[in-house]
Amino acid sequence: MKLQKATSFALFAVLELAADPGRQLAAADIAEKYGISLHHLAKVLRDLARAGIVESARGVGGGYRLAGNPKRLTLADVIELFEPIEKKEMTEEEATDVGRALRMVLDEIDEHALATFRSITLSTMLKIVAGRPWASALGEKRPKKRAARA
Amino acid sequence: MASEGALSRRAIRAAASAERGAGLNIRPAALADVPLVIALDEEVTGLAKPEYWRQTFDRFGGRGRGERFFLVAERQGRFEGFIVGEIRAWEFGSPPCGWIFAIQVRPKNRLRGVGTELYTALCECFRRAGVTSVRTMLARDNPTILSFFRSQGMMAGPFIELETTLL
Repeated sequence: MKLQKATSFALFAVLELAADPGRQLAAADIAEKYGISLHHLAKVLRDLARAGIVESARGVGGGYRLAGNPKRLTLADVIELFEPIEKKEMTEEEATDVGRALRMVLDEIDEHALATFRSITLSTMLKIVAGRPWASALGEKRPKKRAARA
Repeated sequence: MASEGALSRRAIRAAASAERGAGLNIRPAALADVPLVIALDEEVTGLAKPEYWRQTFDRFGGRGRGERFFLVAERQGRFEGFIVGEIRAWEFGSPPCGWIFAIQVRPKNRLRGVGTELYTALCECFRRAGVTSVRTMLARDNPTILSFFRSQGMMAGPFIELETTLL
């Protein structure tokens, strides 16, 4: 599965902001950290602001900060703003037995993806980031686990 | 894996004795808890299953505690929730692993760390019994409970559940 560029940029931005919800960050700082287009990120941030997920502050020291609750906002809340993750409607080409069977299999995959995105909050994502579960595969040491509270 | 009996009592006591999070106490379930478990489960699921919970207590609250755990959370003597799990080995070809198959917290007191403390206590029981992984199975249309276990660091495991309707 691959997310569209705008979706990935949105997730980078909200996770960056969720890491310190009280902090304001300039779009340029986020763009620089992830090596992404500032122009594209600015558009994505405007979409996130319109949806009430981030809020912008103007003037000197202005930027963006998270407007939602990172323990409540899920990956699905962000992704759905930029691309559909619901089950797809049956197309005319699928109106055959083989087409319907294929649709059933694809729906199974979509339902799992949707459940996954809906169950992972920004806070949980930050825990995954901090735990660096991929580190052992790269031969790196993982940080010690800290107690988590729900 | 360690033997039943002494280990289990020690493990449960160690996991349960400490007062956790603002006066929360985790302890092994007692017979007197069963009606409270039944009532809470009915409140949350809308379905009363008294016989099921009595049988579960018979299996998990008494013997076999070395590998079976039925813990409850209470605050100032008030029942707050429960968790049930056991160690299973070699089912589906899986090495020994802790399974969590029930957890409930009073709806009014959620997001106050009760579920986390129950989960932590049960994982400690599993750890002391010698297993290194813990597993559960969840309805994918229940984001609340899915989110809870995700927040504890659980990810999709190496197994896929399949089923069919018998005609």
